[in-house]
Amino acid sequence: MLVLTIYIAIFVSAYFIYAFAYGNKAPKRGFNANKTITFGDESAVTSNRTASVISVITIFTIWGAFTGSSLVPLHVPGPFTGDTSFTYTATNADNQQDDAVVYVRVGLVGEEIEDPVAPDVANPGFAIDDVATIRAWRSGLIKVRKNDFGSDAEGYVVSAIDGQPIVPNQTVSVVDGQIRMTGKGTLSFEPNQGWQMEAIWLPAPEAIVKRLIEISRDGYQNVTLSENIGWSLFRVVTGFLLGSLVGIPLGYAMGLNDWFRGWFDPIVEFMRPIPPLALIPLVIIWFGIWEQGKISLLFLAALWIMTISSRAGVSGVSISKVHAAYSLGASKRQVLLHVIVPNSLPEIFTGARVAMGVCWGTVVAAELVAAEKGAGKMIIAASKFQQTDIVIMGIILIGVIGFSIDILMRYAERKLVPWKGKSD
Amino acid sequence: MRDQTDSTLHIDNVSMTFTLPNGTSIEALKDVSLELKAGELLSVLGPSGCGKSTLLNIVAGFLAPTDGQVILNNNKVTGPHSERGMVFQQGALFEWMSVRKNIGFGLRMRNVPKSEIREKVDELLEIVGLHEFGDKAIYELSGGMQQRVALARCLANDPDVILMDEPLGALDALTREKMQGLVLKLWKGTGKTIVLITHSVEEALLLGERLLVMAPRPGRIHKEYKLPFAEMGVAADLREVKKHKDYAAKREEILSIIWEMEEEIMGRKE
Ligand SMILES: Nc1ncnc2c1ncn2[C@@H]1O[C@H](COP(=O)(O)OP(=O)(O)OP(=O)(O)O)[C@@H](O)[C@H]1O
Ligand SMILES: [Mg+2]
Repeated sequence: MLVLTIYIAIFVSAYFIYAFAYGNKAPKRGFNANKTITFGDESAVTSNRTASVISVITIFTIWGAFTGSSLVPLHVPGPFTGDTSFTYTATNADNQQDDAVVYVRVGLVGEEIEDPVAPDVANPGFAIDDVATIRAWRSGLIKVRKNDFGSDAEGYVVSAIDGQPIVPNQTVSVVDGQIRMTGKGTLSFEPNQGWQMEAIWLPAPEAIVKRLIEISRDGYQNVTLSENIGWSLFRVVTGFLLGSLVGIPLGYAMGLNDWFRGWFDPIVEFMRPIPPLALIPLVIIWFGIWEQGKISLLFLAALWIMTISSRAGVSGVSISKVHAAYSLGASKRQVLLHVIVPNSLPEIFTGARVAMGVCWGTVVAAELVAAEKGAGKMIIAASKFQQTDIVIMGIILIGVIGFSIDILMRYAERKLVPWKGKSD
Repeated sequence: MRDQTDSTLHIDNVSMTFTLPNGTSIEALKDVSLELKAGELLSVLGPSGCGKSTLLNIVAGFLAPTDGQVILNNNKVTGPHSERGMVFQQGALFEWMSVRKNIGFGLRMRNVPKSEIREKVDELLEIVGLHEFGDKAIYELSGGMQQRVALARCLANDPDVILMDEPLGALDALTREKMQGLVLKLWKGTGKTIVLITHSVEEALLLGERLLVMAPRPGRIHKEYKLPFAEMGVAADLREVKKHKDYAAKREEILSIIWEMEEEIMGRKE
């Protein structure tokens, strides 16, 4: 909630600062420079580079600030660590009161911490000082009465903390944290957590970079990073190619022949809306959890998309092109090869981009369910050991690779079907 | 061999009735007969829906008439053939091919040797005035240039009859006038039989040795004219032809026929 508020605040203030700094002088070039109407003119809305840069910086800054990253100069308050103390007041069976001090040392998880030493000052009375160690972001029970005189007697209670009265199930605040009294009268101290996230929730960016370097060098659970990613990519490419190999000819057949269309229309229309993820259980039952199962799943994911897009590609051929080809003396085979196939390529490319995206998402999900190697397998294994840094690194890699695939496909599209969107 | 065949286009009592899914039927053409000698230039005019395109599609072989037949070179037309070339209004070029590849398409389909194709295409590019554009993509050309490519592509096949369905309909007035000149030049230069459908009375007058006015419901030939303007246009500037007093008179006459038909259609609708 806090993060969201800060994020929106940065968004709004960056906008106003930018607008104030540039005003109407905001550099506009080319085509749109002299347009007076831009609101509602979609073509005049171009992506603002400054905004994109600030956006990315903002995300990393917030991430760094909330994880205590060394890359970011500004941090939100972290959890309390170090020494602190509070005083408790005990009331014994004879209704006498006495104070004692609890010395607490708070350290990070995984850190070696020694018990604090109570200062050597005289503290007469029946309540005796205590020491305790607690981990940041955790709370700890402190049995303060254990060493007190007469604490076994009926009616012996801890009645106040730092002068604030306390009863079971009540919480009071002290300097560096909160104290809650459990139902049985034991104190539980929770040092202030601050606003930063614990590494197990969200590690700092540099921790992830460190992991990335470490894992790409040493691998994870005896599997190298390139093997993990390579396996995922291999499955995607194989599944996609198989799906295209069957789907594209099937789509052509459906576009060109009424028997094929009638036969496969119900199947395709039924299978199309089923998300591939829903097929995982069945595919596991039928094909097992290993390669065959995963590739069958990706095959199915790509199949319908490719079938539908190539069918649409065939339907999209304008009849005058086909007529023209026949009038020029082309045979059926030549019309298919030289008119219908090239004319459907733009549609097929659009389908291929969608299919690759779906396959990439599906392979990761399938690997989460079962796999020996793969990007999904790596993050699910890491999550079992609460290695959040590996999980996040994996997620980022999956995103980057998915994005790269799309860019590659778009590049291939521009090279191979330059006429796309230019016909009528 | 060519000498023995009859290269006159015979359209014998062609009728076309479309039956709609709801059971009603439309008589798009009824008993249309026509003979077109080799090298004749025929323009076809008529109100929208009178069956012009239907007639052309039957001649091209895309539609089989419900009655009657079309005969060319002693053969009954049963389907499309490279002896009958077609030029469409727009959008019939292959965007995935260069201008050169488009023009050479028909020859390639018939496995003509590469060098021969190249020669023929170069020649045609010159004729339609696109010699600098041979390697451009189709979408890089203007609408007028694209229609030049369509004409050249059709001519490359050396068809006996060229069928054009509103080939200049999508062009602006100036480009259109230039293209009309080109059509006349090609007609005279190649001696092809040409059938040209148009919506413009002026175009029909200029690009028709013979002019057919068709009437709707059922689609039929209403009247035929023999005109001197195409022949005049080959020699002189088209604008000069338009100044001719006979031209203005014929234009008025045909316009009033068409208007009468349109009014009749409107009247029948009410
Ligand atoms: N495939 C078809 N199915 C049913 N009716 C058709 C079909 N094609 C044409 N028609 C009908 O036949 C008639 C003649 O159509 P056609 O396209 O030949 O007219 P046209 O003279 O070319 O008109 P336009 O000048 O508008 O192109 C019209 O009434 C049309 O509705
Ligand atoms: Mg028509």
